[in-house]
Amino acid sequence: MIWDLIKKDLRLEWRAREMLPAFLLMGLLSLVVFSFAFDPARPVRREAAPGAFWVAYLFTAVYGLGRAFVAEQQNDAWEGLLLSPVDRGIIFLSKACSTLIYLLLVSCILIGLFTLFFDVHWGGHSWSWLLATFLASVGLSSLGTLFSAISMRTRAREVMLPLLLLPLVVPLFLGGVKLTERAFAGKPPGDDLAWLHLMIGFDVATVVVAWVLFEYVVQD
Amino acid sequence: MARRTHRLSGAERALAALCGASMVGAIAAIFLYVPTDRIQGIVQRIFYIHVPLALVTFLAFGITAVASALYLWRNEPKWDRLAYASAELGVLYCTLVLITGPIWAKPIWGTWWTWDARLTTTLILWLIYVAYLMLRNLATDPEQGSRYAAVLGIVGALDIPIINRSVYWWRTIHPAVLVTREGGSGLTDPRMQWTLAVAFVAVLLLFLWLVQVRTRQVNLQARVDSLEKTILESA
Repeated sequence: MIWDLIKKDLRLEWRAREMLPAFLLMGLLSLVVFSFAFDPARPVRREAAPGAFWVAYLFTAVYGLGRAFVAEQQNDAWEGLLLSPVDRGIIFLSKACSTLIYLLLVSCILIGLFTLFFDVHWGGHSWSWLLATFLASVGLSSLGTLFSAISMRTRAREVMLPLLLLPLVVPLFLGGVKLTERAFAGKPPGDDLAWLHLMIGFDVATVVVAWVLFEYVVQD
Repeated sequence: MARRTHRLSGAERALAALCGASMVGAIAAIFLYVPTDRIQGIVQRIFYIHVPLALVTFLAFGITAVASALYLWRNEPKWDRLAYASAELGVLYCTLVLITGPIWAKPIWGTWWTWDARLTTTLILWLIYVAYLMLRNLATDPEQGSRYAAVLGIVGALDIPIINRSVYWWRTIHPAVLVTREGGSGLTDPRMQWTLAVAFVAVLLLFLWLVQVRTRQVNLQARVDSLEKTILESA
């Protein structure tokens, strides 16, 4: 059942091609803006690179998460989904999974673009950068799905989602920046391995909590 | 029934009186009784307000989290109203913490703000609960707003320990610019300890009294709204 719902989301996206191009342009634009913010001739650009990547990633992700339930809002598709004989938890998990798939696709391309624009040297320790991006995507898609369902039915919903989400995902952001700093410097994570554990713990906690609480968000 | 709602009960009067008395006591202790700190001077007296405010802020958001969970579980509006009143006052207290902190920090640390772990966590806490209040006000349907806010109240409370931990690591890995430790360690004089205790009681009683007043006011508002609805429906 959960696979059917994920397939539905992916098929919708494949046919309409609405979200992914917008996501990607958003990511590309934020990288361009960052390149303007830091003088390319100065070493500060290299130092600011991990932060630049994570801010670009976070903005792209939050922007995309805001569109997670846009398809359901048309033609009362949301009511149809709720009326179908599926557990609410399954609806949550399927939505979080399809959001995660988008986010991972976008982060792959963002990482590629970033390597190109910021001249990142890939080495044996770059895996911690990739892993941090993956873990951040898991946490963001679970909390983001929960709060996207909330913000979609409030006034000023475009502003509401970042306001709710950004303070709550601070641990993911900090962990991501720390691990990326080490990876860009070509060093193993070392002490920063604790950040990986923190991000894993955060992901497990948010997936469980968001899954349990989702039922109360959609009940009516 | 109608009379009870606009008259203070005996317990409420006692709470108000105790609150007032402890306030006067705390102000007297802070300005007249407690000795001036040898190193920090007169500005250290703000400590006796700043620290109790911070402690009660945590209490307020704790009450919000528990009441939110009870509201989702039992679906009784009284828990939602308690969560709301407590969150609102928590934001007020947290704002005061963020105002009294820099006033103290400027002469002692030489700067209004540092990205110290404790300061950063307090600011994020403030941001989460301001979003909580906004969410309630921007919901299209009041009952939906209550449920959404309860979800945020629970997620926020569970997230805060992780945020605190991560911000702490973030700052300990960086070289600490300022290693001044606030509070606690310097309070060897029993007069300082007494002043802190009295100020804490005063700030706590004020919070309890305000929560109770605000909850009652929200209850009355709900009654007025439902009466209005009945009149409109019958008209």
